[in-house]
Amino acid sequence: MTTLYAILIDGMIYASWLFMVAAGLTVIYGVMRILNMAHGSFYSIGAYTGASLVGWYFSGAQGAPYWSYALLLGAALVSGVVVGLLIEQGLLQFMYKRDEILMVIVTYALLLILEDATKLIFGVDPYFTFQPYSLLGRSEIGELTFANYDLALIAVAAVIGAACWLTLNRTHTGKVLRAVIQDREIAIAMGVNVKLMFAATFVVGTTLGAIAGALTAPAISVSPGIGVEVIVLAFAVVVVGGLGSIEGAIVGALLVGITRAAAVHLAPQIELFVIYGVMALVLAVRPQGLFGRDLARKI
Amino acid sequence: MSTILETRGLNRSFGAVTAARELNVKIESGEVVGVIGSNGAGKTTFINMVTGYLPPSSGEILFEGKSIVGKSTREIIRNGMTRSFQVAQLFPEMTVLDNLLIALVAAEGPRPSFLGGLRSRSRIARADEILEEFAVQQYRNAIVSAVPQGARKLIDIAMALIGKPRMLLLDEPTSGVSVEEKFPLMDTVMLAVRRHKVTVLFVEHDMEIVERYVSRVLAFYSGEIISDGVPAKVFGDAKVQELVIGHGHGRKTEDKERSAA
Amino acid sequence: MLKLDKTEIWLVVSALVLLASAFLLPNWLTFILTLALAKALVVQGVVIQMRAGLVSFGQGLFFCIGGYSVGMGGAFLNIHDAFVLVALGVAASVGVAAILGLLMTRYRDIFFAMLSLALSMILYGLIVKNQALGSTDGFNVHDVSFLGWMPAGEDQKLVIFVLTVIVAGGIAIALNRYMKSGLGGVNEAIKENEIRVEFLGLSPRWILYANYLFAAGISAVGGAFTALATGHVDPEMAFWTTSGEFVFIALLGGTSHVAAPFIAAVLFALVRTYALELAPHSWQMILGFVLLAIIVFLPKGLWSLVAGKRRAAA
Ligand SMILES: Nc1ncnc2c1ncn2[C@@H]1O[C@H](COP(=O)(O)OP(=O)(O)O)[C@@H](O)[C@H]1O
Ligand SMILES: [Mg+2]
Repeated sequence: MTTLYAILIDGMIYASWLFMVAAGLTVIYGVMRILNMAHGSFYSIGAYTGASLVGWYFSGAQGAPYWSYALLLGAALVSGVVVGLLIEQGLLQFMYKRDEILMVIVTYALLLILEDATKLIFGVDPYFTFQPYSLLGRSEIGELTFANYDLALIAVAAVIGAACWLTLNRTHTGKVLRAVIQDREIAIAMGVNVKLMFAATFVVGTTLGAIAGALTAPAISVSPGIGVEVIVLAFAVVVVGGLGSIEGAIVGALLVGITRAAAVHLAPQIELFVIYGVMALVLAVRPQGLFGRDLARKI
Repeated sequence: MSTILETRGLNRSFGAVTAARELNVKIESGEVVGVIGSNGAGKTTFINMVTGYLPPSSGEILFEGKSIVGKSTREIIRNGMTRSFQVAQLFPEMTVLDNLLIALVAAEGPRPSFLGGLRSRSRIARADEILEEFAVQQYRNAIVSAVPQGARKLIDIAMALIGKPRMLLLDEPTSGVSVEEKFPLMDTVMLAVRRHKVTVLFVEHDMEIVERYVSRVLAFYSGEIISDGVPAKVFGDAKVQELVIGHGHGRKTEDKERSAA
Repeated sequence: MLKLDKTEIWLVVSALVLLASAFLLPNWLTFILTLALAKALVVQGVVIQMRAGLVSFGQGLFFCIGGYSVGMGGAFLNIHDAFVLVALGVAASVGVAAILGLLMTRYRDIFFAMLSLALSMILYGLIVKNQALGSTDGFNVHDVSFLGWMPAGEDQKLVIFVLTVIVAGGIAIALNRYMKSGLGGVNEAIKENEIRVEFLGLSPRWILYANYLFAAGISAVGGAFTALATGHVDPEMAFWTTSGEFVFIALLGGTSHVAAPFIAAVLFALVRTYALELAPHSWQMILGFVLLAIIVFLPKGLWSLVAGKRRAAA
């Protein structure tokens, strides 16, 4: 019974994290049809800026410790928007007519560049900023204790998920976006400013990645390579759910998160295997992912 | 004469759209059948189902008396029925010659060899004959994407014929081709078809072309066949007049086709 | 059949030059060349799939299987003959590919890319969690013999170099034939228009399956020779960034000529040797910028420079 609880709650925590990491990836793909290999780099940029800012805050400034959360989010927003905009305007906007697979390679090149840029700026030594994590304390659920910070992540993920879904399905902007997703050419003909939509979407996506990184920073040691690890997980989640679908990312995150938690508690040696195992299994049955649409070519 | 292709109660829908409703068609060996109908009437869907690209929701398809429902496209092709496409389906970054060579390789069997070269002398000789037969020699070494529409449609049909089919379905062979080119193109195609002794069904918007080449017409409307018979009978049918021909389907189909492409 | 075409004569000549130079070049250089040629074989596996329109971001899977087969064959099966070990690697790799291929051939484009990546990460995850295989550190490969002959120390390295050159040359000739064959043409046709291939009465899936197995086999040879040359295997071989490097080299050389991956791999290895010393934290960044430059300015790879010049001269 306790194990079951542990699996469920750990699974929820992990799923929330996975969803935060995957949301930006799926948003960008959904609208722009770009599978952003560099997504993990935005995660790591967010983590680094968040960690260094919070580190600076606790080492010198005399403010209330709770301000560190605002700093984390602020760092993510600024770094995600600035770097995202720079890349979209400086490079990607010139390549929108290219193949999906070529864009994978372009964003792979971006990943290589951003990884080293991060190292050059932040160095290779790990950053630890546990204060925001421990500040919230722990709580007991049954016989188990959990960090409140982790539990709070569930709420944050829920807010992000709801915000994405509402924007897409309940606002005017969402309506326009859906038109762009349906048929780019027709949307252009209807007078939609697709360029602007793309730029905005990309920045939202990268900022979501940066937020995930910044919020994760207090729980890990921020070091080179975290982005590269994350991207593959995000892919797995997004592919399970169906590329480009927010609902899919939620369900994919839950499925992968809870399965991994089960593996950690029941059979730790297959932990990593299980994540990709779920992905392979889902794809074998439903190649387009759980929420993906099947697109046959019209001839 | 024997029946080469027969469908019984063929249905297909896409969500709320019914693209085929209770299609009962019987085509005799050696016939030349024209298919008319406005855009979205279900003509392409019919060809797609018959060639195994789309499974019908229900119904039976018989080719030379044998059921082919559920068979894969390539089985059906190898069986002797093939098609051309509304938008020519070629290998756009290859030369016209290479396109034909690939089709020739395919015609040799389902398992191409990894030893013998693609550009063997005998295949090239064969390809040159075909280029001549379809009057597209001047594009022999051009990259397909640089070849004009009319020639592309001809190459598309030539590639279909390389497999020596007994039945050929042509999906709008003259769409995207200028009015002056339509008759010469159809002449070339029909000549080749007759030489190969192939039963033909072709979709065409231009009534003059239909009248000139076919012995029988099927009129599609909204997924149904509303008239079937000799051209004079079908064109005279009040329903066809109102629903098909009245809808801008005389000669001036150019604009419509362009918007449909 | 046995007549060599111009490309093949050049391949043989290059191989002979390499073999002759083995005795002149410094050891560190033959070592780098061995690794580069082995890596080029993995890249060839990536390239033949690219020619069919598929980008594998997980070719490291077969590279790793080839390498680990050599290591495990020595450590657990007591096999010490280099030829048997390489054959073991190829067999294991093709065997795995025969199963995975059933799944993989259903996917195209980014799905193929991502799924291949995920599959290689599964192997990575399995090895990392396995203490008997040395987890993240990997393990050392036993010394090997060659049909009973066991050269010592530096000679062993030299023999492995010679073998790598001969095998790579042989595979290059086979690939050249394959590229120019009917089947090779159909692979390219699948990339350009799969539906048409289907409507010519062929099975794209079957053809891609064969190609996938072929690629897996060649990549395993690369992995096996890498293991023999370095005397060590570790799970990095299956990590997706390793596969990314193969894709990089494939794009660097381009897919239009069988020699391109070899040249690109050697260039890559030499540049890296210096770049890592001069700017250890900017190496990837350089790669990134080069990759972007290739995509924008040389979409057909470096080989298009050679081909372009030749056309201009003619
Ligand atoms: N693959 C498909 N998915 C969804 N709807 C389709 C598909 N193919 C055809 N349709 C629909 O079926 C109807 C018939 O289409 P089609 O057979 O292409 O018409 P035609 O060839 O007569 O112009 C149209 O309403 C079309 O939108
Ligand atoms: Mg049509």
